[in-house]
Amino acid sequence: MARKVPEINAGSMADISFLLLIFFLVTTTMDVDSGIVRRLPPPPDPTAETPDVKERNVFNVLVNKSDRLFVESRWGDISTLRAEAKEFLANPGNREDLPEKKLETIPFLGEYPVSKGIISLKNDRGTSYDMYIQVQNELTAAVNELRDELSRQKFGVKFSELSQEYTDAIQKAIPMSISEAEPEDIGGTK
Amino acid sequence: MARFKKEKSGDLPAISTASMPDIIFMLLFFFMVTTTMREVTLKVRNTMPEATEVQKLEKKALVSFIYIGPPYQSNLYGTESRIQLNDSFRTVADIAEFIYTEREARVEADRPLLTTSLKVDREVKMGVVTDVKQELRKVGAFKINYSTRKKAAKSQD
Repeated sequence: MARKVPEINAGSMADISFLLLIFFLVTTTMDVDSGIVRRLPPPPDPTAETPDVKERNVFNVLVNKSDRLFVESRWGDISTLRAEAKEFLANPGNREDLPEKKLETIPFLGEYPVSKGIISLKNDRGTSYDMYIQVQNELTAAVNELRDELSRQKFGVKFSELSQEYTDAIQKAIPMSISEAEPEDIGGTK
Repeated sequence: MARFKKEKSGDLPAISTASMPDIIFMLLFFFMVTTTMREVTLKVRNTMPEATEVQKLEKKALVSFIYIGPPYQSNLYGTESRIQLNDSFRTVADIAEFIYTEREARVEADRPLLTTSLKVDREVKMGVVTDVKQELRKVGAFKINYSTRKKAAKSQD
């Protein structure tokens, strides 16, 4: 009685979906954007005086046009930069030539000696971007490692696993103090 | 005799390809979900440097990109590093306008959260990048992100 309905030929379906697939493969990208996050300082106010920063509180990093490092008036090397920056910022032995510390009350941490150290980074116009990023990376790594250590010591977990308020506390205790010098050929007077 | 003949007769049965569309559709959906649309056609080479201390860019809709690198068609545009905004080569002077249009395109509440991502080729000299950064400071686009590829962190200690 009931006649069989003839089956619809779905042979070309595979071709159609292949076409769509290839279209998506071509027009889309898969890369996740990631990078080193920085905040640029606002333009310098010509009337404002330059803040007085003591020599011991500044860690000078210079990169010249042939990608050589000059750290604290000595030739430096990218492989030791991280350790040097860490020692400078933490100043574990309270040395006279390393930055001063200021006791501050921070929630969850209590009184904590916050380092006044600033890393000052300066580069030539001829420095390669790759080298610049390597230096930025090492300096960021130094700060991140210090934060990690403090976090493990105080809360027993990695810095990245802390909840927001603890993260804020650690960030206050170990600020990301990397400043870039004003480029010399722009804004002339400095 | 007849029985033997019956078994030997005829070609091999065709392999059923009925599930093929399903499989390909699955692939298609996978790609649709995991990828994002390409926004601009790159005109400059963009091999990014590697770094370990990277952070993911949180909200893609709030990011504007500036591409800097040597042009692909070096016979037409030379080998000097160029700045690419949207789909064309621009100069440092155009960056302010670019940032303003990017800001205009966003909702008022989102404007302070705008991030500028610098996609710079690893061989570019810092001079260009410094100029771009100065320009960004002038127009108040302070949040920047040096785009890098993630390198596996080498084990310390």
